[in-house]
Amino acid sequence: MSVVTVQLGQCGNQIGYEVFDTICRDLHNSQGFCCKRENEVYQASCKEHFFNEERSGVPVARALLIDMEPKVISQTLLKAARSGRWKYGQHSHFCQKQGSGNNWAYGYSVHGPKHEESIMNLIQKEVEKYDSLRGFSTIMSMAGGTGSGLGAFLTQNLRDAYPNSFIINQIIWPYGTGEVIVQNYNSILTLSHLYRSSDALLVHENDVVHKICAKLMNIKQISFRDVNQVIAHQLGSVFQPTYSSEGSCQYRRNPLGDLMASLVPHPEFKMLGLRNIPQMSENSLSYTTFAWTGLLKHLRQMLISNAKMEEGIDWQVRPPLLGLPALEKVPHNKESHFNTSIANLVILRGKDVHSADLGGFKDPALYTSWLQPSDAFSEWRTHRAFNKYEKSAALVSNSQFLLKPLDTVIGKAWNMFASKAYVHQYTKFGIEEEDFLDSFTVLEQVVASYCNL
Amino acid sequence: MAQSVVVQVGQCGNQIGRCFWDLALREHAAINKKGIYDDSLKNFFRNVDTRRNGDGVDISKGKIRSLKARAVLIDMEEGVVNEILQGPLKDIFDSKQLITNVSGSGNNWSVGYKVFGSQYRDQIVEKLRQTAEHCDCLQCFFIIHSMGGGTGSGLGTFILNVLEDEFPEVYRFVTSVFPSGEDDVITSPYNSVLAMKELNEHADCVLPIENESLFDIVSRINQMVTSGKPGTTVKPESLITLNEGGIKKKLQEKPFDTMNNIVGNLLLNLTSSARFEGSLNMDLNEITMNLVPFPQLHYLVSSLTPLYTLADVNVPPRRLDQMFSDAFSKDHQLIQADPKHSLYLACALLVRGNVQISDLRRNIERLKSALHFVSWNQEGWKTSLCSVPPVGHSHSLLALANNTCIKPTFIELKKRFTRLYKKKAHLHHYLQVDGMEESCFTEAVSSLSSLIESYNELDVTKGLPIHDPLRLNIVI
Repeated sequence: MSVVTVQLGQCGNQIGYEVFDTICRDLHNSQGFCCKRENEVYQASCKEHFFNEERSGVPVARALLIDMEPKVISQTLLKAARSGRWKYGQHSHFCQKQGSGNNWAYGYSVHGPKHEESIMNLIQKEVEKYDSLRGFSTIMSMAGGTGSGLGAFLTQNLRDAYPNSFIINQIIWPYGTGEVIVQNYNSILTLSHLYRSSDALLVHENDVVHKICAKLMNIKQISFRDVNQVIAHQLGSVFQPTYSSEGSCQYRRNPLGDLMASLVPHPEFKMLGLRNIPQMSENSLSYTTFAWTGLLKHLRQMLISNAKMEEGIDWQVRPPLLGLPALEKVPHNKESHFNTSIANLVILRGKDVHSADLGGFKDPALYTSWLQPSDAFSEWRTHRAFNKYEKSAALVSNSQFLLKPLDTVIGKAWNMFASKAYVHQYTKFGIEEEDFLDSFTVLEQVVASYCNL
Repeated sequence: MAQSVVVQVGQCGNQIGRCFWDLALREHAAINKKGIYDDSLKNFFRNVDTRRNGDGVDISKGKIRSLKARAVLIDMEEGVVNEILQGPLKDIFDSKQLITNVSGSGNNWSVGYKVFGSQYRDQIVEKLRQTAEHCDCLQCFFIIHSMGGGTGSGLGTFILNVLEDEFPEVYRFVTSVFPSGEDDVITSPYNSVLAMKELNEHADCVLPIENESLFDIVSRINQMVTSGKPGTTVKPESLITLNEGGIKKKLQEKPFDTMNNIVGNLLLNLTSSARFEGSLNMDLNEITMNLVPFPQLHYLVSSLTPLYTLADVNVPPRRLDQMFSDAFSKDHQLIQADPKHSLYLACALLVRGNVQISDLRRNIERLKSALHFVSWNQEGWKTSLCSVPPVGHSHSLLALANNTCIKPTFIELKKRFTRLYKKKAHLHHYLQVDGMEESCFTEAVSSLSSLIESYNELDVTKGLPIHDPLRLNIVI
């Protein structure tokens, strides 16, 4: 029943904190738009998934904090303790004195093996607290050194040590520019390694979230905290309890497993993206009402036109007529390309949720030819509203949405690799040119596969 | 958190070191009001119970007892080091951290490197070891020296070698003051070129400084301060050249202190994100990782902004965006160079204070079209956000550029070296030192030439159309 969240590196720890805080605030939110009894069941289910109950009454997050440098962890622990709503476990963190220095090779080949035993013991101890373990959710950036390098190393170890548990990696995709210079190297090394050991990669693009902060949340001076809170909201909208089936009042026992079963039908395709509607500042929220028809119409168009938010959707994009040979589909770099899906999951929460019509997502034209819509599409409906939104929809999608960003990252890394710039920083710690080439090959394959849907 | 050790060598190195320690104490005093020895203080300082006998015992937590600088002070004369020991900073150093002599190196690199190097090697290693043993995670040595003289240049680069041998895992960051055109040391081109070879081969990263640039910055600030125009009163503690509020008193200011304070601030800002919290940290090891694409191209041109903050709060604060623009202007670089009109290999922006990621992104977007980046690193930006601003400011920026604009400095150095060397002027002073041969000179100058050539090769690509290399082809 339980999922262990593993927060890695500065980014992973900062976002992890926001996720638990969002979940907790949602639990105490009085506007659940449902009856008291229903709310209590929801709360109980959520606590069962994400928290350990402690004698003091303050819920303890089922999370481990891992970083190779102490500043972020001590701040994160403190912030959680100060919230009064929840906290981290007393012995749930591991840190060292010196970070990985944005070097994937250092995280993967030095910190990884050196601290393997301590970290795996820490995880083992956490797992032993639960009656049953469903899986792991890691939160990590792929730009730096610790989240990316150590994260890839640990994911491999988790796969070996817990072969029957699900592993989902929450990947923070760096801004296109301006964070870390070697981010494209670190990214291709991370992605290619995770592709071997993870069940699914749920991708959060900083550029997209930044735009959401600016356009939808109306924030003028955007801080990392703002960005992280939007990501936390999006994650909460997926992982907060959901009813296990239509009309049932039972909450899902294994949401992570169900999510994988719905969305990852083939191991070559495990890149997942997340879209939410509506998203707006709290001020505007109180003046707005929503209708399911409008929300879902937007969400569907966001999906097929590959818009990452509800502003600036291209309404011209239409599903291709069935029966046309694949060749006639427009190549992926064209702006108005139709975004073909492998599988989609729509999660609806809030008022009148049962009246919402999801027929538009069941059109066979939306999906690759080798899957029936009945297999490719899933819906989870829950009456209890989430995070102050009277009605909200989240779409988790396994589709071509990531082709362009992925292609760009590979292209930039390849450009740099052709000049051999920075490669010496990696070979110093045992990652050779061969390893880079392997990573490029794996990812070019992924691009080709998604291209040919 | 990891620790750093400062190794200040020669007259110039020790003068800058003195300014740095004064400013470091001032910075921590401003932030650490309760007098608690915390992790950020631990970076540069030990906390020692001096009432005990001997070396004193390190106290890891709790109240500050007696702070000791993690530093080794080396000079082959006694003047500057003695002044430090008799001055207001005397309590943070003790005799175990010093190595001095009375004879000086006579502005001769080979005396510093060969004679004093072999004579003092064991002592140097021992002092370094002692200092290192007080750290639980030693990350970086900061060497401060000048290139033109004998001790800083010769013994300084000798120590660089020793550090590589004895502490191969620890980073070596070197702050090098390059000689100016009208240097009064006639042999400075020899000393600098001989030292350059060592920097090329043994430093992880070098921050070159030129006194002319520091001098220009000081003059510009003086003009501003004395202009007397209404609304232009400057907050004295915000001046990048002054140590208002530090331990040293005005009367004790030395002529070079205003200039050296700039270098002190450079080192503080360079390490701020490693010492204090922030929403986007940058550890010291990230600097080399992001800014050094090829091992030898490790020279970083730095600029600090703003130079001061106006005192009158009614005057609208200098716009944040101006701070970013200034960082790229020729006037703010700590060497005589113009990064804007040369080729960037990589650029880091280390921001302190009340600045958010959206401010950073906006300014990068705004400025990047005016800058040239090498074809394979079109988006070569590294950034950090440290939430603690420097004393007297609400925000600040340190820009580090790996840029071909450093090349003219090296070419000029080579030219002046060749001018002397052609005439074999003063050569005998060097060759009479044991272990010095003419080949030392030829090897040093060819090392410099190949460095210049590396920058040339990059420079010729500037402005050329960019062709993306063919990607791997996947057969399905």
